[in-house]
Amino acid sequence: MLTIKNLHAEVEGKKILKGINLEINKGEMHAIMGPNGSGKSSLASVLAGRDNYTVTEGEVWFNGKNLLDMAPEERAREGVFLAFQYPVEIPGVSNLNFLKTALNEIRAYKGLPALEAREFLKLTKEKQQLVDFHSNLMNRSLNEGFSGGEKKRNEIFQLAMLDPQLAILDETDSGLDIDALRIVSNGVNKLRDAEKSFVVITHYQRLLEYIIPDFVHVLYNGRIIKTGTKELALELEERGYDWLKEELHLKESV
Amino acid sequence: MINSNEIIDDIANKEYEFGFSTDIEMDIAPPGLNEDIIRFISAKKNEPEWLLEWRLKGFAAFKKMEFPKWQHFEMPKLDLQALSYYAAPRKKKQLNSLDEVDPELLATFAKLGIPLNEQKALTGVAVDAVFDSVSVATTFKGKLKEMGVIFCSFGEAVQEHPDLVKKYLGSVVPHTDNIFAALNAAVFSDGSFVYIPKGVRCPMELSTYFRINAQNTGQFERTLIIADDNSYVSYLEGCTAPMRDENQLHAAVVELIALEQAEIKYSTVQNWYPGDKDGKGGIYNFVTKRGICKGAASKISWTQVETGSAITWKYPSVILQGDHSEGEFYSVAVVRNKQIADTGTKIHHIGKGTKSRIISKGISAGRGDNSYRGLVSVGPRADNARNFTQCDSLLIGNQCGSHTFPYIESRNKTAMIEHEATTSKIGEDQIFYLNQRGIDSEKAVALIVNGYVKEVLNQLPMEFAVEAQKLLSITLEGSVG
Ligand SMILES: Nc1ncnc2c1ncn2[C@@H]1O[C@H](COP(=O)(O)OP(=O)(O)OP(=O)(O)O)[C@@H](O)[C@H]1O
Ligand SMILES: [Mg+2]
Repeated sequence: MLTIKNLHAEVEGKKILKGINLEINKGEMHAIMGPNGSGKSSLASVLAGRDNYTVTEGEVWFNGKNLLDMAPEERAREGVFLAFQYPVEIPGVSNLNFLKTALNEIRAYKGLPALEAREFLKLTKEKQQLVDFHSNLMNRSLNEGFSGGEKKRNEIFQLAMLDPQLAILDETDSGLDIDALRIVSNGVNKLRDAEKSFVVITHYQRLLEYIIPDFVHVLYNGRIIKTGTKELALELEERGYDWLKEELHLKESV
Repeated sequence: MINSNEIIDDIANKEYEFGFSTDIEMDIAPPGLNEDIIRFISAKKNEPEWLLEWRLKGFAAFKKMEFPKWQHFEMPKLDLQALSYYAAPRKKKQLNSLDEVDPELLATFAKLGIPLNEQKALTGVAVDAVFDSVSVATTFKGKLKEMGVIFCSFGEAVQEHPDLVKKYLGSVVPHTDNIFAALNAAVFSDGSFVYIPKGVRCPMELSTYFRINAQNTGQFERTLIIADDNSYVSYLEGCTAPMRDENQLHAAVVELIALEQAEIKYSTVQNWYPGDKDGKGGIYNFVTKRGICKGAASKISWTQVETGSAITWKYPSVILQGDHSEGEFYSVAVVRNKQIADTGTKIHHIGKGTKSRIISKGISAGRGDNSYRGLVSVGPRADNARNFTQCDSLLIGNQCGSHTFPYIESRNKTAMIEHEATTSKIGEDQIFYLNQRGIDSEKAVALIVNGYVKEVLNQLPMEFAVEAQKLLSITLEGSVG
């Protein structure tokens, strides 16, 4: 579904991604871990099409289409969803109105008619339950004054509403309390199916106990330096990243 | 992929939709401002002696005045002698019905989306159309007449209802008020007149559309609205002009009078030609609008959506004279390209228990410059007067400006005056967030702006709210920062 080949990208003249290779197939759950500043959010931003990042080398293919050629909104309509590490606040725009607009834009792109108000409300009720999202947050301005955890839940609620093919969750677990972590993880698990793929960016093995990944990648200094299964996450939890960095330096000095 | 700079350029190059001009036979006076031209206008309009004298007093006052200097933008040089002060579509004969209106004119207004044909007219809206200086058609006149409502051109009111005109003309905005009001008093050509009799709730929206067409003319219309005891009227004004390289002056005067328990709602959707991206051409909109709540428990409410004009300079005001009277000012002002808007309101609390509410939403894009300037004054008699002011600015891009100048003068200890102000910016991260959910940048801006102006647009009559929303989207198309 998604193929990333030798992806290099920079921001403000600074090289951030230095040759990422990654293949994600339908139905797979990939976890990306790595120290602060290693480029995890940058990778997510480049995939979503944030324009302050410049791709200097490499390719990204999504369902046979060149993702890098598309405007951010096109990528979204094609089915790429990014749950932001820091969701922005948009005063004056109600959550409900925003979601209806987004959903109908995506539907229009797929040649589907706009949802009728009643169907739309039914859908929101259903998806709200999935992540236990308080209905009083629906009529408030988008993320304005939301607590950290409420913002994260809102991201997953939107994910459930928009039903993308590829969801990238950037540290959705940070800021969630213990119960919320369980609820949101269960929500994500319910959304999993054979057609959808996920990339979860996280610092904590804890999340991966709820959401069991098929692969765990370690991103360091703009590159994926190790790929394993869920056991790798456990090992990282115990040993940190230093042993990996050393391994890497040994390899590079040979 | 489009980056934000390209989008900003995009908006700057956006053409003005109503920029066409109409070829029509016109009577145009030679350029120049003097007593002769004033006598000429007055004679053309077959005015009574007292009105000519009032005009001449206005001219005398004008000659003694200077252009104001307190504005913080650079005042363009106005050559008032180069303008023509009278332009009218040439009529073959007296018009008896709409069918006799020049088809070219009807076509012009149809292009603007204002059908003058009564059958096709917006349901529930009576329209008076002013083309250059002259009112060309007023719809639904008969129906209104049955209820005793007078809605006609100013010129007609002078002929048919001279006592009403004489009693109220200049009673709210005197001919000495300011230089543009004095100029208007001297040379005003036409405008609309409304009288709502006691106890009548005007059954439809009354609406005037102003259109400047002729070259090198100024437009100086006067609107006078009188709502007698316990009456209600909602009035809407819209305006457009063709694209011209030179600037054109619009110096109108609007006077509102609300008697006991009467209510006047006055809404403006102003879309004069704003000039091109380099600031060439465009209308100078220097308008004096003022209402007086003369009777107890009366109410005047101004709502304005200002998107056009090269320079907008206006402060619709309310004098709260009657006890427990109420004044409101709801405003959305948008500037882009090199537009300048300096607008706001003045509310004078004179009577006891008077209330006012000011909601101002400025939006600046491109290299536009937007100022809110407002005065809330409370007199010694105005016990328990209350004011609430909310003054918000929204910036799009990095080259625009926004300023607020709120003035408060209170001479009564029991008055309660609240002022809130915010400034926000549509950030790239907000646009990107919406993009990431499948919403393109233009829709994203529209979504944010619509949320921002909702409180003001809610004040407009339904169909005009929809129009105004569309107008805002078109105006701001592509203005992402
Ligand atoms: N706009 C920018 N200008 C300059 N440097 C930037 C910019 N955006 C990101 N960077 C840098 O890119 C590097 C990678 O940042 P990124 O946010 O991708 O890290 P991350 O792996 O997500 O870290 P964290 O775990 O802390 O979220 C960091 O060194 C960061 O400072
Ligand atoms: Mg990050």
